Amino acid sequence: MLLECKNVTKKFDNKKVLDNINLKIEKGKIYGLLGKNGVGKSTLIKLINDLLTLDEGEILFKGKPIGVSSKSHISYLPERTYLDKDMKVESVIKYFEEFYEDFNTKKAYKLLKDLDLDKDKKISKMSKGMQEKLQLILVMSREADLYILDEPLGGVDPATRDYILDTILSNFKEGSSVIISTHLISDIERILDNVIFIDKGKIVLTEDADKLREKEKSSIDEIFRRSFKC
Amino acid sequence: MEFNFNNESPIYIQLVDKLKEAIISGEYPLGSKIPSVRDLALTAKVNPNTMQKALGELEKDKLIYTERTNGKYVTEDKKLVNKIKKDIARDITEKYITNMNKIGITKKEILSYLEEIGGIK
Repeated sequence: MLLECKNVTKKFDNKKVLDNINLKIEKGKIYGLLGKNGVGKSTLIKLINDLLTLDEGEILFKGKPIGVSSKSHISYLPERTYLDKDMKVESVIKYFEEFYEDFNTKKAYKLLKDLDLDKDKKISKMSKGMQEKLQLILVMSREADLYILDEPLGGVDPATRDYILDTILSNFKEGSSVIISTHLISDIERILDNVIFIDKGKIVLTEDADKLREKEKSSIDEIFRRSFKC
Repeated sequence: MEFNFNNESPIYIQLVDKLKEAIISGEYPLGSKIPSVRDLALTAKVNPNTMQKALGELEKDKLIYTERTNGKYVTEDKKLVNKIKKDIARDITEKYITNMNKIGITKKEILSYLEEIGGIK
């Protein structure tokens, strides 16, 4: 097992935002963490990345509690940009190269070239879509065991969405796993092995995507909408 | 090969159908080597696991086979490919007839449509 959450509970101001989460992530699979806004997706992701502390339960990465070691094998794309906007593309790449042992600089430059992105350009001078692409390139250029992408499709146009999906598919290391959190299900469902439905801090369903389609005779998007009508 | 998916039915089944089509139409000739799982997955823009599952189904049907270190090849069994071609043609024809019947067109009338539109005599 690559990652395991056991009875994970997280409270903010005594309110449970994650309630007894149990989750297993296997090697070599792409997971969709699917839920509406504000149901706990990002909180769960932050816990897995050791950016928040949990109140109950434990999270194991390759059988050991998460911490410094797991961080060096998990490549994380946060929901909001964390790059220093005054930096140039080239210096950001250097920064990643120094920070992460598994960073593949050659790959990053190749992907940048495909995008026609000038390495001397300042991040602040780039469009929002371009910044998102750059961040994704940085995250996918690591040879990690697990990639966790928090809302990688938020706020970008459909063409950019296609680019993002293609980049994920063609760049995740063979045998590694990917967790993609999103509420934009129809755009992403064709690349998922497994789906995880999360609602009000609880995991309500985990299932093989194709099995679920076969059983319900409809798309994951449709099943999701039916399950969580507002 | 062009891939267009609907999300309503399992992706691997749609891949199986598409790959069968490529084999019986000769796009993937008998005995030829087929692209790697990863390349096929990239072309189809699907997850490599899903492509692997689809190829596994074709392998079960003996339409392709794996040559240990060398990759996957299309069968050389022409009879088998012809049989599958016939099965698919039968399915399509049955569906066509059912749909025509649904809008009140009889079997005899179908012939006149085939003549007029399909140029078939």
